[in-house]
Amino acid sequence: MDSRFTRGKSAILERSLTRPKMEVSLSAFSLLFSEIVQYCQNRVYSVSELQNKLSELGQQVGARILDVLVMREKNGKRETKVINILLFIKVTVWKALFGKEADKLEQANDDDKTYYIIEKEPLINTFISVPKENSTLNCASFTAGIVEAILTYSGFPAKVTAHWHKGTTLMIKFDESVIARDKALDGR
Amino acid sequence: MLASMFHSLFAIGSQLSPELGSSGIEMLETDTFKLHCFQTLTGIKFVVLADPRQAGIESLLRKIYEIYSDFALKNPFYSLEMPIRCELFDQNLKLALEVAEKAGPFGPGS
Repeated sequence: MDSRFTRGKSAILERSLTRPKMEVSLSAFSLLFSEIVQYCQNRVYSVSELQNKLSELGQQVGARILDVLVMREKNGKRETKVINILLFIKVTVWKALFGKEADKLEQANDDDKTYYIIEKEPLINTFISVPKENSTLNCASFTAGIVEAILTYSGFPAKVTAHWHKGTTLMIKFDESVIARDKALDGR
Repeated sequence: MLASMFHSLFAIGSQLSPELGSSGIEMLETDTFKLHCFQTLTGIKFVVLADPRQAGIESLLRKIYEIYSDFALKNPFYSLEMPIRCELFDQNLKLALEVAEKAGPFGPGS
């Protein structure tokens, strides 16, 4: 980018997109994330509202990370197949966000629209113990939001939700049209 | 009850101390047990009751401080100054106590 637009604004604008991996302190992240959850909690009345709010915030992150990762890791080429975009999330996105691959990627037995990303111990929940009275709450809704945004903005509209199952499971439900298109692509 | 009694003792102790800016009571010794206390910069006290022969309580207290700051303070569902009801906190505290028990030469910890 032409630096005359960004000079003196912020150092982050001057930095190259291909910069090497940077690490962030887990403690600092956890404290910030804890504040985010408390902030959201003070503004909602129910668990599902809280999860929606976390997911919305996650979507902001997902939309931004998608572009930078596609530039950095894929030379600007986007995925067109369901399985490839899921692998992109499992491997590339997870490595950039959490420093490791996601534990597992599975497809539901009875439904070709549904996929699961399973994390035994999500980094985001390292220090979080959910109180007993709302045990269905999973703060990985934030991660679900990130994944949802990445899929949606890559042209794979989907709903992603977080559940407690074998650790934390992100359930991805693709739109009908996505699966139909994928089948049509396979048929050619 | 012990905690509130110790708290006032601690407060009186640190005021009576001839040394200025005293850190307060760090250890109480009795025939049957020792009470170790560690106060953090923010004024939270961790108290461990242990066998008089148990070693390594200093480091245990510091470990407990670490666990507290990890699993209570970084947990969005914990509010300051309230009893800590966090599963992960309990688990890790238990682990630390077990380690201290194994490392110390004698007797039970806590």
